[in-house]
Amino acid sequence: MFLIGERINGMFKDVAKAIKGKDKSIIQDLALKQISCGANALDVNVGPASSNPKEAMEWLIKTIKEVSDIKLAIDTTKQDVMELGLSLCKSKPIINSVNANEEKMSSFFSLAKKYNASIIGLTMDKSGIPKDSEGRMELAMKLVAACMEYGIDTNELYLDAVILPVNVAQSHAKEVLKTIRDSKMLADPAPKTVLGLSNVSQGSSAEYKNLINRTFLTMAVANGLDAAILDVTDKELMNSLATAELLMEKQLYCASYLEAYRKK
Amino acid sequence: MERLIEKWQDKINEVVIGSKKPIKIGGETGVYFIDGEDKCPNPPKVAMEVWDMEPEAWPDVLKSNFEKALRDPAEWAKMCVDKFSADLICLRLASIHPDLKNTSSQEAGKTLEKVLKAISVPLVIIGSSSPEKDNEVMAHCANVAKGENCLFGVATQENYKTLTAACLSAGHSIISEAPIDINIAKQLNILICDMQFPLDKIVIHHATGALGYGLEYTYSIMERTRLAGISGDKMLSMPMISFAGQEAWRTKEAKTYAKDTGVLWEIATCSAYLNSGADILVMNHPKSVKEIKKAISQLCDKN
Repeated sequence: MFLIGERINGMFKDVAKAIKGKDKSIIQDLALKQISCGANALDVNVGPASSNPKEAMEWLIKTIKEVSDIKLAIDTTKQDVMELGLSLCKSKPIINSVNANEEKMSSFFSLAKKYNASIIGLTMDKSGIPKDSEGRMELAMKLVAACMEYGIDTNELYLDAVILPVNVAQSHAKEVLKTIRDSKMLADPAPKTVLGLSNVSQGSSAEYKNLINRTFLTMAVANGLDAAILDVTDKELMNSLATAELLMEKQLYCASYLEAYRKK
Repeated sequence: MERLIEKWQDKINEVVIGSKKPIKIGGETGVYFIDGEDKCPNPPKVAMEVWDMEPEAWPDVLKSNFEKALRDPAEWAKMCVDKFSADLICLRLASIHPDLKNTSSQEAGKTLEKVLKAISVPLVIIGSSSPEKDNEVMAHCANVAKGENCLFGVATQENYKTLTAACLSAGHSIISEAPIDINIAKQLNILICDMQFPLDKIVIHHATGALGYGLEYTYSIMERTRLAGISGDKMLSMPMISFAGQEAWRTKEAKTYAKDTGVLWEIATCSAYLNSGADILVMNHPKSVKEIKKAISQLCDKN
């Protein structure tokens, strides 16, 4: 499983504060902590409250680069912020994300080609998120087609079937799982699949958030999920993930399999 | 028809053995000898086995190649390198076994020094399969060979701590051995690694069976190990060693059939393990060594 650490996001109070006060240590600590917990890439999002998103994105990326060359997932909907972020990356970047709107796809897939980036494609468009798997698959097909049109390998596309919070859209979880399964048939090489995991428990009671996250993640693993944006510092979540991958024969059993997983 | 070439995400560790003329093994990014999948950065190597005492159980057809040298490990090792072009020497300290000569650590250390002096190719050193005695002698020998960057064996799940500590402090590599069990092989590597032993100094050995004696089990375990390694399992991304020669020469066919049967048995066994991913083949008969070295160079040139 390709793990993208979610914590460097201006929606979190500590990150927002760090951006405002230009406090590098908070960001660098978060970066290193997530890497030590097994992140393969870090999501970077300046948050909605930022007054100057370009400046904040540049500062965040440069701050992280001082301590690590890890891959970054540039998380913004703004084209100019995205391009600036991609241009600053040392390792192959990830675009987070594009939706299935024509104009959005045209600008973001061009950027993916120009910067040799992987790209996360959301199965949503102007009319929102489809309620079922069939609707999501239609949009997924559009994203795959765009990928081909711009000459990007289809396995550089990470399809995100967009999970909604279970407390408001309970019927979506099983549709997302079906989409993860079915997406593999859209192209050869098959597109990858990703989830913004924590969204599933948004608004649920704090006590159960982690339980909901790890339960849904194991279900997604069983359906073939390739990557997730998640809280890698949640130890129980990571243990469930390692065990799910073990049961799916994604990693070989040994007595200390959790330890082996952490050393990956 | 379009050819499908598999792209693997990871790489087998490169392990360097030896000091005077060091060799590098491992480094695979795909399955060797599949045209287009891997360019064989470090072709598999052939080690020849040298004992610290005359191997009485060996058949004459094998012994006769070495004649008097069988009684002098240093001369024997030199002969294997100069005359038979061995890439490495595997010194088996058989005589230390309590049921054989029960040779002391000091004596074994002296033999090792002589062999080290006689050759410049890298050295693999293995014990006598007596866990307690091996621990005692290997700890001493690791120290004697300090700085020579040898490959010491064998660590097992029941007995790995002493050898791991000795190799760690003297800077040697280690052979981790599991009884044809990939899960134990992985677990043992974790245990060794927990002692702060560097991953790029571990070589895996899956207990070997000869042709007709369980070869297919070891073959498939080695293949699975290699595929797991290049698929990103860090605890299995080590090069592998195979003691195929000794197994071939242990068979009744090699010992009792026509003169060339043993050689053919060894060649057949070794070619199979070559294809299953062995990075070092420990062999015995000069004729088989010659054939296998020829096969390696032809297979690697093709890629």
